[in-house]
Amino acid sequence: MWAWFHKWSSPRWFYQLSGRVLPWLAVLSLVSLVVGVIWGLAFVPPDYKQGNSFRIIYIHVPAAAVAMAGYLMMATAGAISLIWRIKLADMVVKCAAPIGAALTFLALVTGAIWGKPTWGTWWVWDARITSVLVLFFLYIGIIALYEAFDNKEAAGRASAILALVGAVNIPIIYWSVEWWYSLHQPASISFTGESSIHPEMLRPLMLTISGFYCFFGWVLLLQVRNEILHRERNTRWVRDLILQR
Amino acid sequence: MFFESFAALLAMDGHGPYVWSAYAITLATLIVLVVQPLAAKRRQLRELRGFLRRTEEQ
Repeated sequence: MWAWFHKWSSPRWFYQLSGRVLPWLAVLSLVSLVVGVIWGLAFVPPDYKQGNSFRIIYIHVPAAAVAMAGYLMMATAGAISLIWRIKLADMVVKCAAPIGAALTFLALVTGAIWGKPTWGTWWVWDARITSVLVLFFLYIGIIALYEAFDNKEAAGRASAILALVGAVNIPIIYWSVEWWYSLHQPASISFTGESSIHPEMLRPLMLTISGFYCFFGWVLLLQVRNEILHRERNTRWVRDLILQR
Repeated sequence: MFFESFAALLAMDGHGPYVWSAYAITLATLIVLVVQPLAAKRRQLRELRGFLRRTEEQ
């Protein structure tokens, strides 16, 4: 178990392994995003109540879902880096934050654009939207906190703690539409019961959701690999790697 | 296709500007998210190669 753990946390090993996974993630995310988006934009019939504005769902829901799942992943990495002082986990926290911030931004902006024709307003201060705005500020806060320290170790620890504390926001976002009255519609996809969304609309949505997950993994790996090269630039294996090319 | 023409797809019964602007912003953001680390990697490799060449010569 410990040998496995150490192997996993070795930046060099991770660099080599991720290099092999990278092209697959890129192809998977691009194909499922392109197919899912074209399907959702041009082939699915419009919603009987919302008309064509509902087509924004194919980017809004995936962006929001991955922004939340990405946060949980980042907070887990933060815990690992705090408990076991694993450098790789610290790099994951640092690299995941800007990507998560971008996806949360997309969820907010596409939500506002969807809200205008549907609710008649770009913005309401209701529980769902406000808690997602808090998620955005958490991501920004983690980035800022990391940059605020000259000492990289202290920076890593401080941002890992913020990431962990901020994780209480995730269940609040998730259940906000059930706990409080909201303009925002409740979840249309159910893991336990029947989804309330029509299967014809659901299929391209599943594609774009998995596309966004793969995209997040792809971009995160690109960032973490850059970070590994930078931090290990004085080691022998990085030197050999550079001179080989 | 659900729509009868390409123009109908663009117009989306009046929702076109909303839908298309949401997709345009998303596309632009995703492109930045991919291009930024790729460019950073090229820059980093160039710098590292230069640094190694200098140290090898010494």
